[in-house]
Amino acid sequence: MAYIKRHDGRKMEDFRPVEAKVGVVKRADGSAMFKIGDTVALATVYGPRELHPRFLQNPERGVLRVSYNMMPFSGQGDRVRPGPNRRAKEIAMVTEKALFPVLNLENYPNAVVDVMIELPQTDAGSRCAGICAASMALADAGITMKDMVPAVSVGRVGKQILVDLDYYEEAYDEETVADIPVALIPSTDEFTLLQMDGDVTREQLKEALEMGKFACKKIYDIQKQALKDKFAGDLK
Amino acid sequence: MSKDNMKDLFSKYLETGIRFDGRKLDEFRDISIEVGVSKTAEGSAQVKIGDTEVIAGVKLSIGAPYPDTPEEGALMVGAEFLPMSSPDFESGPPGIESIELARVIDRGIRESHAVDNKKLCITKGEQVWTVSVDICTVNDDGNLLDASGLATLAALMDSYFPEFDGVAVDYKKKSKKKLPIVKYPIPITVYKIGEKLFVDPSIDEADHYDARLTVTMLENDLVCALQKGGSAPLTAEQIDEMVALAQKTAPKLRKKLQGNKK
Repeated sequence: MAYIKRHDGRKMEDFRPVEAKVGVVKRADGSAMFKIGDTVALATVYGPRELHPRFLQNPERGVLRVSYNMMPFSGQGDRVRPGPNRRAKEIAMVTEKALFPVLNLENYPNAVVDVMIELPQTDAGSRCAGICAASMALADAGITMKDMVPAVSVGRVGKQILVDLDYYEEAYDEETVADIPVALIPSTDEFTLLQMDGDVTREQLKEALEMGKFACKKIYDIQKQALKDKFAGDLK
Repeated sequence: MSKDNMKDLFSKYLETGIRFDGRKLDEFRDISIEVGVSKTAEGSAQVKIGDTEVIAGVKLSIGAPYPDTPEEGALMVGAEFLPMSSPDFESGPPGIESIELARVIDRGIRESHAVDNKKLCITKGEQVWTVSVDICTVNDDGNLLDASGLATLAALMDSYFPEFDGVAVDYKKKSKKKLPIVKYPIPITVYKIGEKLFVDPSIDEADHYDARLTVTMLENDLVCALQKGGSAPLTAEQIDEMVALAQKTAPKLRKKLQGNKK
């Protein structure tokens, strides 16, 4: 059956309901929670702090180190075995690349900024939720940065281009699906994350990226509001 | 300040009966328990003791029983001290502290027969449910162990079996059948600095103790598991005192947990 209406009643350009909060882990230098639909990401930042072993240190700029981990009970089916796997390592790497361009790491020579992303429950879109949470946590930690990075997945189910696929849509088996996670620097309109599973035409990709840009900017407003909520609260 | 100086300072404070944060020696920080925090788990709970926070999740899967217990399901408890929760935790394979924590919690559940293992049997000798509890720390501000014990129990109590049609498990559909929990073991860790005993350490207290004893308590004041930690030895009298303190404290935690039971 052609996928014309979304199973949860959303419009094609709508992302799922978002909740964002900053300062959720007290011991960390910065932290944030980002929830989109049933996908929840927690992110913490430790640092800038000393980097060991020393040969990894860079005297020109600080090192950004990201980890991404699904809690063992956070998968849609079976238990996820704890510990890093190939998928988690790749996601950590692309997250690093997504965040790197906005950070002024040259301010932290020889140091490391550690970002840890944890997922207590997932319903697709977890790398994007992780990037959203991580950018907020970095800002919360006071790391000097040029902008925050919102992220969302866009894609295609059948002929429809849509925003923020959930697991049902990602696994839709009656038509072909393409899943395109993107991250954006809102102030320059540049993408810092772009991946794809599936296939699209050049026109479809163009349309998807435009929708992604629009959705990212809305998410960006939510991220900023979460930071304001914390720091306005601190003043009281 | 050196570690020994800090310890002396704590010791002096404990003598007055009031701790740095104003609590009495037998006083816990505020406890909150929230269940159903992870929809992908069959049961889950988030427990906060002060700023300490852990999440426990239960996954149920089907496997073959152990040959010596063909009619019983299996239970395993794992703990991950996530690097997110403390500047002192590093990523990598589980360290000895998280292994100890998981084993102490596991022992309390197992030895008290908290889960009715016989009811986890689907077909004798062939198929049984395996219960996996995973504990993830979110923020370490002291006393991860007691927080994990409460979270584990609350998550087990929150668990429903997924649908199983004899061939495959449908994790999307939870049945109305609850996990059979028959006992409620609660671990309480009693700490000792100098000659003073106290519960629920802050992170600083937890970094400077001489000895600790985790006493896992059942409803009827029965002790179902013990674990001593720390480098200082304990006399029989001290152990008795520590168990008494755990006994006195357990009902308060139990009340929190029962208040959560629907």
